[in-house]
Amino acid sequence: MDMNFTPEEIAFRDEVRGFLKDKLPEALAAKVKGGKRLLKADYELWHKRLNERGWLAWHWPVEQGGTGWTPIEKHIFEEECVAAGAPRVVPFGLNMLGPVLIKFGSDEQRAHYLPRILNGDDWWCQGYSEPGSGSDLASLKTKAVRDGDHYVVNGQKTWTTLGHFADWIFCLVRTDSDCKPQQGISFLLIDMKTPGITVRPIVTLDGEHEVNEVFFEDVRVPIGNLVGEENKGWTYAKYLLTYERTGIAGVAFAKSGLAHLKQVAAKQMKGRKPLAQDPLFASRVAQVEIDLMAMETFNLRTVSAAQHGGVPGVESSMLKIKGTEIRQEITDLLRRALGPYAAPFVPEGLDEGYNEPPIGPDYANPVASQYFNMRKVSIYGGSNEIQKNIVAKMMLGL
Amino acid sequence: MDFNLSDDRRMLKESLSRFLQDRYGFETRNEIAGSEQGFSRELWTQMAELGLIGAMLPEEVGGFGGEGFDVMTVMEELGRAIVVEPVLPTAVLGAGVLADAGSNSQKALLEKVISGELLLAFAHGEPQSRYSLSDITCQAEKTDDNWVLDGQKAVVLNGDTADKIIVSARTSGTDDEEDGLTLFLIDADARGVSRRGYATVDGGRAAEITLEDVAVGVDAVIGEPGKAFPVIEEAIGRGILAVCAEALGAMDVAKDMTLEFLQTRKQFGVPLGKFQVLQHRMVEMCLEIEQARSATILAAGRMKEDRATRETALSAAKNLVGRSARLVAEESIQMHGGIGMTWEYALPHFAKRLTMIDHLFGDADHHLERFAALSQAS
Ligand SMILES: Cc1cc2nc3c(=O)[nH]c(=O)nc-3n(C[C@H](O)[C@H](O)[C@H](O)COP(=O)(O)OP(=O)(O)OC[C@H]3O[C@@H](n4cnc5c(N)ncnc54)[C@H](O)[C@@H]3O)c2cc1C
Repeated sequence: MDMNFTPEEIAFRDEVRGFLKDKLPEALAAKVKGGKRLLKADYELWHKRLNERGWLAWHWPVEQGGTGWTPIEKHIFEEECVAAGAPRVVPFGLNMLGPVLIKFGSDEQRAHYLPRILNGDDWWCQGYSEPGSGSDLASLKTKAVRDGDHYVVNGQKTWTTLGHFADWIFCLVRTDSDCKPQQGISFLLIDMKTPGITVRPIVTLDGEHEVNEVFFEDVRVPIGNLVGEENKGWTYAKYLLTYERTGIAGVAFAKSGLAHLKQVAAKQMKGRKPLAQDPLFASRVAQVEIDLMAMETFNLRTVSAAQHGGVPGVESSMLKIKGTEIRQEITDLLRRALGPYAAPFVPEGLDEGYNEPPIGPDYANPVASQYFNMRKVSIYGGSNEIQKNIVAKMMLGL
Repeated sequence: MDFNLSDDRRMLKESLSRFLQDRYGFETRNEIAGSEQGFSRELWTQMAELGLIGAMLPEEVGGFGGEGFDVMTVMEELGRAIVVEPVLPTAVLGAGVLADAGSNSQKALLEKVISGELLLAFAHGEPQSRYSLSDITCQAEKTDDNWVLDGQKAVVLNGDTADKIIVSARTSGTDDEEDGLTLFLIDADARGVSRRGYATVDGGRAAEITLEDVAVGVDAVIGEPGKAFPVIEEAIGRGILAVCAEALGAMDVAKDMTLEFLQTRKQFGVPLGKFQVLQHRMVEMCLEIEQARSATILAAGRMKEDRATRETALSAAKNLVGRSARLVAEESIQMHGGIGMTWEYALPHFAKRLTMIDHLFGDADHHLERFAALSQAS
């Protein structure tokens, strides 16, 4: 056993740090760290910077324009980016659709879509969930019926993250209803500008607009937009989900969240002493830090097994559960650290141009909203209950 | 022992419940919460007419209740509709202080409070004080015939819409000494008072208040100068009881909504309620709510006891409610899945109120420590 990074890995980490220092605009990092609202342009700028360096598509092989990084390198890269305050890479095109097209798409599809994802020509969103099909995704009803060289799509998707920014949506659609639900699903790429598509915002409990409903009414999609084979979409969908899940575990986010929590606890006062020195609060922080240390090692064990040819299977479910619990606990402690100043709700204060003095400490404004927003991580990407069902079945054979 | 409500309280509960059902649906509530004032004058007046404010106050000052169980009865109903009108700052905190320690002329103001015409706020906490009741640096200095106040007050509930504000200030002693605190009743528009109002996460309103050379007469003092701490503690004690009861109402609704959801939402061909793991979690919620209810009842019954008995019961209740409210808020969102995250749906607003109640008058940890300290002392 060797728990240290190799000299090459350390050199890589330093290279990443150098890059971040040069290329991540300070104002953008400050926005991310301050929990401000990011605009589409912010993400686009960061994607562009990464792409210029060839570091945008870490899950893609080199020949497709990816980095070809080892799992450990991906891990290092993500951790450094989050610690520096880089915006997250919007995952839909890069980390979800990309790998699916690389594995299951046609040559034409790869040649057409992959460069466009890298260059930021197309912004993608994920059309899996429907009002009646969340955990039971395979029951989805949005229908695609063949009509000449088109599919005609009717139905509704929901919870579509950043669908209001998107040019394209990858959708699971039903192409056969006379078989087991999983066997009648296809994976379709749909241009959001096609007539018959309507996008409606869903405002979440924190008052933010991040998710949407997407309606399809007689939407004509060329058959060339089918990925892989008709009725084989479930296989591709599941392949994609393992990528999604591991990302949600979010070790890097948890670590930067914990660092932030400690800074806040050092500044917040309780009984005229920093909250960080309060035995009860300090022990709560220590508890989550212990969990995170262990989870990080679990993650590295998994990552390193993947490096040596192992395939993360049930581990991605376990990581997702633990990782999201830890992230939620950190936002909970952050909220509690603020005491009465968790209460003010000043959403306009999250905008870039807001110049009023903050209410309470300057780090307070986004905290309660983030706590509520973070409830989502145990719901999406396959809820934590569903992950437990997977572990029970796959690992324990129950 | 008799754990039933008296007839009067039962009638009040029923009429309030009917009123809220008819007039205070969730959409109305959200509209009101999002409005500039953050509450509805019209509904406030109607609530006053129903006797809601009077029920919180004793007969000596024109009310018809004022006991722990009165506060509990009213607040639990309000929690069921997550009412945003300023009941807590006006009827529980502000009016409570005046009824408890006010001069005759100050008590005379209560008539207008009870009728809904006069709104109060209790400006006690400060940016540095967190949940400490004695960490007060706002100063009041005596001149020949005035007091002059300087300082800052933090997250004052209803601070921006109140007509009169009760302000605590240090008139002697240092830092966080309990001795040396004095309460003043000041006009919200007095010279030198500036208020920065804002919405709160749970649909209410609050304000940061700055006092700069605010001169008030000697008749503005509430009770005895320098001896306000027990009055403050009792007022906050009533506040604790009130929000615990409010949380009970809100938890019940959140639990019922979740139950109904599990019975109707189908995945994998069956209602979610068929999954045993979710059944057990519903049961956990019910158990915790019952614990919280019992602790709140205990506190309500001890409001008139000696300090140690009363405050221990209050800290126990606030700790239990803090823990159970978090559980109910988080679990009911989780069991709803995506729909539990949406603004348009009522549940997350209940969850937000439940969460933010933990930030009022001391969170679960604060009251855990306080309970330990109180029981060691006795
Ligand atoms: C903020 C946010 C962003 C999202 N973004 C996207 C997106 O971009 N694209 C997309 O396609 N989807 C997205 N989703 C949808 C997400 O994947 C679903 O919400 C999720 O799959 C859960 O489905 P549901 O909401 O319908 O809940 P339900 O499936 O109705 O589940 C409700 C509750 O029941 C539990 N449950 C269900 N089945 C079982 C079982 N068998 N055993 C035990 N418990 C069970 C669940 O765990 C949950 O707690 C997003 C969701 C959120 C909240």
